[in-house]
Amino acid sequence: MGKARPRAARRPAPRAPAGARGSAARANPNPFEVKVNRQKFQILGRKARHDVGLPGVARARAIRKRTQTLLKEYKDRDKSNVFTDKRFGEYNSNISPEEKMMKRFALEQQRHHEKKSIYNLNEDEELTHYGQSLADIEKHNDIVDSDSDAEEQGTLSAELTAAHFGGRGLLHKKTSQQEGEEGGKPKSRKELIEELIAKSKQEKRERQAQREDALELTEKLDQDWKEIQTLLSHKTPKSEKREKKENPKPDAYDKMVRELGFEMKARPSNRRKPEEELAKEEQGRLRKLEAERLQRMLGKEDESVKKPKHMSADDLNDGFVLDKDDRRLLSYKDGKMNVEEGVHKELSRETGSHGNNEEESEEESGHPDSHSDLGPSAESGEEDEQPQREQGQTPGKRLRSDQHTPEAARAELPYIFAAPESYEELRSVLSGRSMEEQLLVVERIQKCNHPSLAVGNKEKLEKLFGFLLEYVGDLATSDPPDLKVIDKLVVQLYNLCQMFPESASSSMQFVLRDAMHEMEEMIETKGRAAFPGLDVLIYLKIVGLLFPTSDFRHPVVTPALMCLSQLLTKCPVLSLQDVVKGLFVCCLFLECVALSHRFIPEVINFLLGILYIATPNKQSQGSTLVHPFRALGKNSELLLVSDAEDVATWQRGSLPLHWASGPRAPTAAEANHTRLSCLAVCLALLRHCTVIYGTLPSFHAVTRPLQALLTQHLTDRSHPHELQELFQSTLAEMENQKQLYRPLLCEKSKPVPLKLFTPRLVKVLEFGRKQGSSKEEQERKRLIHKHKREFKGAVREIRKDNQFLARMQLSEIMERDAERKRRVKQLFNSLATQEGEWKALKRKKFKK
Amino acid sequence: MEAEAGGTERGRARDPRRALGRLVQAVLCSRGEANAVFDVLAALQSEDQEEIQEAVRACSRLFGALLERGELFVGQLPSEDMVMAGSQGAMRKYKVWMRHRYCSCCNRLGELLVHPTFQVKELALGTLMKFVQLEGAHPLEQPKWEGHYLFPRTLFRVVVGGLLSPTDDQSLLLSQFREYLEFDDVRYHTMQAASDAVAQVTNQQPEPPLTFWNNAFTLLCAVSLPLQEQDLSTFYVKHVELLDKWKVTHLREHRKVFQTMWLSFLKHKLPLSLYKKVLLVMHDSILPHLAQPTLMIDFLTSACDVGGAISLLALNGLFILIHKHNLEHPDFYRKLYGLLDPSIFHVKYRARFFHLADLFLSSSHLPAYLVAAFAKRLSRLALTAPPEALLMVLPFICNLLRRHPACRVLVHRPQGPELDSDPYDPEEEDPAQSRALESCLWELQTLQRHYHPEVSKAASVINQALSVPEVSIAPLLELTAYEVFEQDLKKKGPEPVPLEFIPAQGLLGRRDDLCAQFFTLS
Repeated sequence: MGKARPRAARRPAPRAPAGARGSAARANPNPFEVKVNRQKFQILGRKARHDVGLPGVARARAIRKRTQTLLKEYKDRDKSNVFTDKRFGEYNSNISPEEKMMKRFALEQQRHHEKKSIYNLNEDEELTHYGQSLADIEKHNDIVDSDSDAEEQGTLSAELTAAHFGGRGLLHKKTSQQEGEEGGKPKSRKELIEELIAKSKQEKRERQAQREDALELTEKLDQDWKEIQTLLSHKTPKSEKREKKENPKPDAYDKMVRELGFEMKARPSNRRKPEEELAKEEQGRLRKLEAERLQRMLGKEDESVKKPKHMSADDLNDGFVLDKDDRRLLSYKDGKMNVEEGVHKELSRETGSHGNNEEESEEESGHPDSHSDLGPSAESGEEDEQPQREQGQTPGKRLRSDQHTPEAARAELPYIFAAPESYEELRSVLSGRSMEEQLLVVERIQKCNHPSLAVGNKEKLEKLFGFLLEYVGDLATSDPPDLKVIDKLVVQLYNLCQMFPESASSSMQFVLRDAMHEMEEMIETKGRAAFPGLDVLIYLKIVGLLFPTSDFRHPVVTPALMCLSQLLTKCPVLSLQDVVKGLFVCCLFLECVALSHRFIPEVINFLLGILYIATPNKQSQGSTLVHPFRALGKNSELLLVSDAEDVATWQRGSLPLHWASGPRAPTAAEANHTRLSCLAVCLALLRHCTVIYGTLPSFHAVTRPLQALLTQHLTDRSHPHELQELFQSTLAEMENQKQLYRPLLCEKSKPVPLKLFTPRLVKVLEFGRKQGSSKEEQERKRLIHKHKREFKGAVREIRKDNQFLARMQLSEIMERDAERKRRVKQLFNSLATQEGEWKALKRKKFKK
Repeated sequence: MEAEAGGTERGRARDPRRALGRLVQAVLCSRGEANAVFDVLAALQSEDQEEIQEAVRACSRLFGALLERGELFVGQLPSEDMVMAGSQGAMRKYKVWMRHRYCSCCNRLGELLVHPTFQVKELALGTLMKFVQLEGAHPLEQPKWEGHYLFPRTLFRVVVGGLLSPTDDQSLLLSQFREYLEFDDVRYHTMQAASDAVAQVTNQQPEPPLTFWNNAFTLLCAVSLPLQEQDLSTFYVKHVELLDKWKVTHLREHRKVFQTMWLSFLKHKLPLSLYKKVLLVMHDSILPHLAQPTLMIDFLTSACDVGGAISLLALNGLFILIHKHNLEHPDFYRKLYGLLDPSIFHVKYRARFFHLADLFLSSSHLPAYLVAAFAKRLSRLALTAPPEALLMVLPFICNLLRRHPACRVLVHRPQGPELDSDPYDPEEEDPAQSRALESCLWELQTLQRHYHPEVSKAASVINQALSVPEVSIAPLLELTAYEVFEQDLKKKGPEPVPLEFIPAQGLLGRRDDLCAQFFTLS
């Protein structure tokens, strides 16, 4: 290769002089014909393409082109006969020019072979070698010093030699003919050589890439091997390799190897941490979560500070992602492990988790990679990690359920439950069972369908959340409401919610929307709504348990708060049940703001109303009363207790929640006791409000009507002693909240900056491009610009065409006129001569 | 048995029709058979509804034909006995006699307007209106001069009297009657007749029942005058040409009658529910059509003094009078101020009230103390309002502050002293005495701690200097809690939904939670 190139360079191209002439003409033009486009500024990096123009040459070229095309057309405008080129394949663009030439040549040859005389043996057919006449070669006028490359001849490719010998499969005769037309033959040859060089380079590159790929693969293989090797430090690599290659049926040995491989012996384990350290870590984690909560409470939407993923309380901090965990899955499918998973897990859970459950779970949630702690406990080595993880997620609950659940119930229940596909299915599974059994069933459904066990399990469990929610609603509406079961199911819901926050929140939202919709319909038809059933209240309570209530805005909690607000403002209090429900709603509301101490006007209004309906009717307070309560009317003395005996026998106690659900006809005394209890709860809530709202700037404006009512109650003196005290302390607390009214101030806003007149500097990153717009915009601008230029160019061309045509027509007319003039002149001439002759004749006659 | 009974029933039902048809035919064919009219009229008195309907139809045909033929007596009707006894021609006797039958038929039809079944009522109304049309075309009284406008007023009064029944709810029938009110002459005479009827009923009974008022209100509401003066030419009774001197053809006269009608209605003590209804339509369907809107002042001011929703509704009419008709009402803003109490956020007319309040307070020429008092009062009330109302009233207050820069001290008082108590006096009825300008809107500061994020944001606007352009509250006026709820649901939160990190222990939560303190499961 290296030698071939200089030879090619040395060899003079046959048509070089012609090319040189042309370039010389261009290089040294007449200075008067040159138009120099002066450049204003020298700009680095800009290519100046049109700095020099040759207007004369360009015009001549244009005219020539027009005479060849436009003028021809113009002249042929009235002619209908067509010139067809009958040469072979002239109009066929599918055939490459080379092929075309070949075919033409073949045809020509055929024509030649139709010999005119059969007997003339000495037909002038020249023999060629690669298109060059052998006779010419024999003359040695084009010497090739092939001796020196004799050895390398073999390495040269056929094409190369062909190129060097100048032949292209054509006869010399033909080439000599073509030489005239095909002016750029040496040039094309050069190109050919370049092409060849490029081709060989590419080949080389490809080979290199292939080699690199192979290398990479080997490296990767090595690495993989190393990974396994670390696990099996004492195993011979050979056997492992062989085992890896072919194990359609794992025998005992292979299994052993696999098991040993997965045993965490080889890896260094984290040291077991002492108690105080664990506690510290736990505290740190909680502090971090609390900080996040605070940030959300204040409604700061700082994405950069926020962690991308929310950490649930039971997140193990080990980056555990459910979908990706395929390695452990493999360990299950492996021969021996391929037993009934549910049973296996149940067993392992029972065996493994009884004793050190609490401790383990604490560790689990405490720090990452805690599964390595299990290393020492040998019997759990083969146990899968899922049950443990779940233990981590249900720290409190597991312990309790394990203690409570009688072994008998355990025994008679099947271990495997399919995840329910519909709510009816779940209900049929759960109905008729005792509380413990129900809990166990739900727990087992979760176990059997843990998302790491199969692909579709995630969806199944997501659905389970919705079904459980529905089931809770059903339990709450049943008579009597099965609140104990709900109490326990809440824990399950919490766990599921931690696993699938998205679906849980959407099903919660669905439930809320349902409740709100129902209420809205009732308001539209009747103008007011009744307090909803216990199920809605329970749902609202569950929202508070599952989601952080202190967030500034939360996709589930904020709508739930709206719902609570609706309950307190739109539902008139018509019965004692409504009072209990309303107070429960107040409790929920206040719990929601327990951390954030946000202000809830509705609760204050409602408590005011409750206080009001516990007083005998008086006209004075009517104006401050807010909507669901009426100053006068049927229910305006609902909580008034007038029976002195009942007052005396009343004992303060909690309100049972199930009172809110079903219709009941308590005795008068019971009802009175309930009334007093409600009043006590109301007062306690008021005190709570006083505490959390004490710092509000308009606290006194808020509590003024309350204070008035409280004093009225105090003067009443018909209340039991305990209540009286409660009244007194609440009132005192309210009055003791001293506050200063500090005048309001707006934050100072930034002064508007004056307009500046310094030029705006823009960094130019790339020259020759329009700056300061997006890529699409740039592209669009470019296209518009191009179109404009093309359009202008086309218009100019058309104009010039027209001018050219007009010129041609004019010259035609001139020519015609000149011709006519000439003819007329000629006629006149001849006439004049005739006349002259005639006159001469006449003169002659006359003379005679 | 039953089938047979049904058969006979049907037979009877068919029979009367044929029989009545024959009778009508007979009367129309020969005057000798005129006595058959009595049979037809007797059928009108029947108990059976079908029979009555047949009879009404027969009457309609019979008297319609007679009216067209002109076989009824024209002019002042002499008493029957006198004519019968007298010695005039048989033809005149016949006509007078027939006219008397016609009168009794009309009276009976008027009675049928309060028949318990709607079909009968409808049919009777239709027939009466047909008679009105025919009688208008062939008047039964002599025109006193050339081009005398004649309208069967007596007959029409019967119709209107039946419609304004004190005993029956005629709302359905009135909606049927509404289509006749499209005609200008019917409308004109209805208005006249209605004021007469109201006067008559109230004269007879000192306290007419609610149904009467409802009927009257429905009828009065159905009357709507055209706003622009245009040729009133759609007449129910066809006339050959309409003369310009007729009162019916002028909108001015219509307005006068309209005014008398409403005033005669409103001067009585109306039931409370009706009061509200009247006030609701006052501003757009009564006031613009009155000849002298100022006559409504008394009514509106007294309504304004009633209090509650009624005074709220009266404000609109009063404002129109003040705004367009130069009414001087010194206590207007004081009354408006007095209307602000906690219930305004819960009443049905909330959107309307705040729309009006926005309108009333839109003038930039109001004194600063007044606007400050309103702003302060509203923010006080906002402390008891539900979120959907707060979302509207907070921008409202901010708009007030924007409109009146003098009131900005309420949210920005640079060198103010610290106070022990709020100088604002909420009990004071006079906005001028309320010392609102000395106070600050601490309530808004309180509401910045509201539980709803949007409310908190809206209240936080006052922390910065208020932007110049006002916020349009029009889209917020009709905001309902349900809409706010839906918006909250739709709003996208941070992507992984934040979860509670304290594990749940049970339904009521931990021991120190409020629910667990006050409620037990069992």
